[in-house]
Amino acid sequence: MSHDHSLNPETMPNEPEKATLEGKNKFIGFWFFLGGETVLFASLFGTYIALNNSTAGGPTANELFGLELVFIMTILLLTSSLTSVYAMYHMKNNDFKKMQLWLGITAILGISFLACEIYEFTHYITGYGFTFRSSAFGSAFYTLVGFHGGHVTFGLAWLIGLMIRNAKRGLNLYNAPKYYVFSLYWHFIDVIWVFIFTVVYLMGKVG
Amino acid sequence: MSTVAAQKRGFGAVLWDYLTTVDHKKIAHLYLFGGGFFFLLGGLEAMAIRIQLIQPENDFVSAGFYNELLTMHGTTMIFLAAMPLLLGLMNAVMPLQIGARDVAFPFLNSLGFWLFMFGGLLLNCSWFLGGAPDAGWTGYVPLSITSPGHGVDFYVIGLQIAGAGTLIGGINFLATIVTMRAPGMTYMRMPLFTWTTFITSTLILFAFPALTVGLFLLMFDRMFGSAFFDVGLGGNAIIWQHLFWIFGHPEVYILILPAFGIFSEVIATFSKKRLFGYTAMVFATMLIAFLGFMVWAHHMFTVGLGPVANSIFAIATMAIAVPTGIKIFNWLATMWGGQITINSSMLWALGFIPTFTIGGMTGVMVASVVADYQYHDTYFVVAHFHYVIVGGTVFGILAGLHYWWPKMFGRILNEAMGKLTFWTFFIGFHLTFFIQHFLGLMGMPRRYWVYLENQGLDLGNQISTVGAFFMAFGVIVFLINVVYTAVKGEKAADDPWDGRTLEWVAASPPAHYNFKQTPLIRGLDALWIEKTEGKGRPTPAEPLGDIHMPNSSFLPFMMSLGLFIAGFGFIYQTNHNWAYILLFGGMAIMLGCMMIRSLKDDHGYHIPKDELESEAD
Amino acid sequence: MADNTNSNEVNPFQKQKNKEEMQKQLITFALMILFTIIAFVIVATGMMDSMFVTPILLILAIVQVAFQLYYFMHMKDKGHDMPAVMMYGGLGAAILTLAALGVITWW
Repeated sequence: MSHDHSLNPETMPNEPEKATLEGKNKFIGFWFFLGGETVLFASLFGTYIALNNSTAGGPTANELFGLELVFIMTILLLTSSLTSVYAMYHMKNNDFKKMQLWLGITAILGISFLACEIYEFTHYITGYGFTFRSSAFGSAFYTLVGFHGGHVTFGLAWLIGLMIRNAKRGLNLYNAPKYYVFSLYWHFIDVIWVFIFTVVYLMGKVG
Repeated sequence: MSTVAAQKRGFGAVLWDYLTTVDHKKIAHLYLFGGGFFFLLGGLEAMAIRIQLIQPENDFVSAGFYNELLTMHGTTMIFLAAMPLLLGLMNAVMPLQIGARDVAFPFLNSLGFWLFMFGGLLLNCSWFLGGAPDAGWTGYVPLSITSPGHGVDFYVIGLQIAGAGTLIGGINFLATIVTMRAPGMTYMRMPLFTWTTFITSTLILFAFPALTVGLFLLMFDRMFGSAFFDVGLGGNAIIWQHLFWIFGHPEVYILILPAFGIFSEVIATFSKKRLFGYTAMVFATMLIAFLGFMVWAHHMFTVGLGPVANSIFAIATMAIAVPTGIKIFNWLATMWGGQITINSSMLWALGFIPTFTIGGMTGVMVASVVADYQYHDTYFVVAHFHYVIVGGTVFGILAGLHYWWPKMFGRILNEAMGKLTFWTFFIGFHLTFFIQHFLGLMGMPRRYWVYLENQGLDLGNQISTVGAFFMAFGVIVFLINVVYTAVKGEKAADDPWDGRTLEWVAASPPAHYNFKQTPLIRGLDALWIEKTEGKGRPTPAEPLGDIHMPNSSFLPFMMSLGLFIAGFGFIYQTNHNWAYILLFGGMAIMLGCMMIRSLKDDHGYHIPKDELESEAD
Repeated sequence: MADNTNSNEVNPFQKQKNKEEMQKQLITFALMILFTIIAFVIVATGMMDSMFVTPILLILAIVQVAFQLYYFMHMKDKGHDMPAVMMYGGLGAAILTLAALGVITWW
């Protein structure tokens, strides 16, 4: 089979993610998708900014948010961004085992982030009675942060699926673009989080 | 794989082929069929509206049903007819025009179609399940929040699914144009239809997410008790209007720009001249797209944004007339001194120019804030947007269908019937809508069920309804033409119009791999250059070799079906517990299919070189 | 699909280049963490007037995101022209959306 050979070359090219036409398409198409996602999150941020004072007598942003947990979450997610950079570094050096290792660390960091977020939400709901339905501010907050959390969850499922599926067969030109596109997605999640911790939490604290 | 075998297959095999196809040409057929079906549905709704308005205080339909009709007419025509028909033409033609064998994401291309189709079907299921949405195609809150029953729920979920499909389609076209152009096909050598496809797809990419979010907010408010638009809990109704129009205004350029592309091709071909001012045309298209994002608030002049915001948006809106004017003059200059052939395709292009110019002029009128307070929500606006959408997009689709029919189906549409379609539809269109300008100026509000006698509105409405019947007649003639052509139509040569661009190099209809050898492009109007300075066909850019093709897949259909089922779950979980079975079952089907797609390798297949050699050229 | 049997050979020049690239990434990461800490400290200590805090926070966020995009996501490398066009296009639409909902929403 000719394609098997062409997908498992003797020496890996320098940029395995873009070595095939399929890879190039995935790379370009996914970047464009992220361009669209920018508008999606901008719409959610806009909604949040328009409604963040509409507390309807419930708790305000300043009363609700604690900075410690958000700081931990931020560090977790930023670090997971770096670990996925390490994974891509090892992909370029064609070192599959190390790549999987760093991706595994990325997944663990991502799961910890998600756990913190779930804890945070339950804390708001049980501690303050602050829910999705209690005010327009509540709806906007849970929608914006929840959409990000949903993206993290999807990314984790994607990552774990990729790692298990390819665990036994190593890196080739068919799965390299998939790994690379995942790393783009993961960085993008981080980009969104930077704005969430700035606009929602820090600016919410400042008032 | 040979075509002879393909023609002998039974109905079941053909059906299965279309359900699983990832071939852009067959997906184009599906889009045209699906879009055509919804176009007829929207047309029926339009006829019912016009019949209701034929005389004062008519009772052809009830007030509530009239609201459903006008909502579904708008929604159907914009989302389920005009856009899919354009996407169909893009699918059929754009890859051929850039010399590609397929699109960048054949699987996603098919997924995009099925999402659109199931979204549209879901929306229309509402007719049989307690009433269609009735809050207008714009779905303004608080009307759409307080609308009882499940009608608006169907609007929200149906559009969400169809919108996802469109977004996927847009990304696919973008990636195709960026990565899959044939050697020598630089950006500034791309035919104008490819250019408008590209720019339209960027508009889809940046506009649809705003609609997605808007629909999510509406969905959460209606189905999950959130408070985005609930003023009592601090919500704000204006957010919906902004999100809707941030999407909605680029949307009208999504509808018109591909039509501009079609006219550019048709006019150049049938004038036997290179398109006048190609570069200006490309940049005018970009400028329209760019400005198209900065004008959404002209739909909201009467909301009370204040004089500063209103003035900015008014000026930006008027500015769009400049690039549009550039285009109109370029088309006229293309025809100037050309050797013009007038056939049905060219007739639509010729009819378009004055019609669209009228629509553009009324556009500048409504862009003026002060005057808009008078025009807003009257039939003047109705007349304006039908002049641009029907006079631009629908004329464009019909021009494109007559032009590319031989390429898509291998037969030429009957010329006599084509001309009859044009004249009846064209005359009917102006009868229907020209008078509506005056009805609007006399104060007839849009979306009203009845009007009173002797207020100067009787005759105008009568004329308008008569015109609508002319249009319906034109459409019926076109349908007969389609059937007649399929049975007895003249077989088309590869290049029946003496074309200028690359799609006329491929066979009619093209082989599933489009080009045996990828062509080498030497300039703008790639085929015309070869006709005048070369051998009449482009030189191949590669030796004959194995061709890599994608595998067919049933997964896109199943994924869309899963979302369709889950959609019912979302709609009915508000008052029925059994709906959760549909919700989770549908999502499970969709996610399961996504998993299969991810975990199962799909390398496609190769058409071997000897098979290509044995096939006739 | 045959198992991947190829060796881990990457030419030494490329390996060196990748390594240098990775060092840059690490510096980027350190700066990002630094900016994050600055942002949190400013807010936690309340050391600044709230008039100034908001713009500073936004600038810190934008710089951080630029690092993320240009270094972590490699937008600075060649072959990223179209991705950059589409990201900036999206950004343009995003800013308009934010302006609309943040500034001219009518109460």
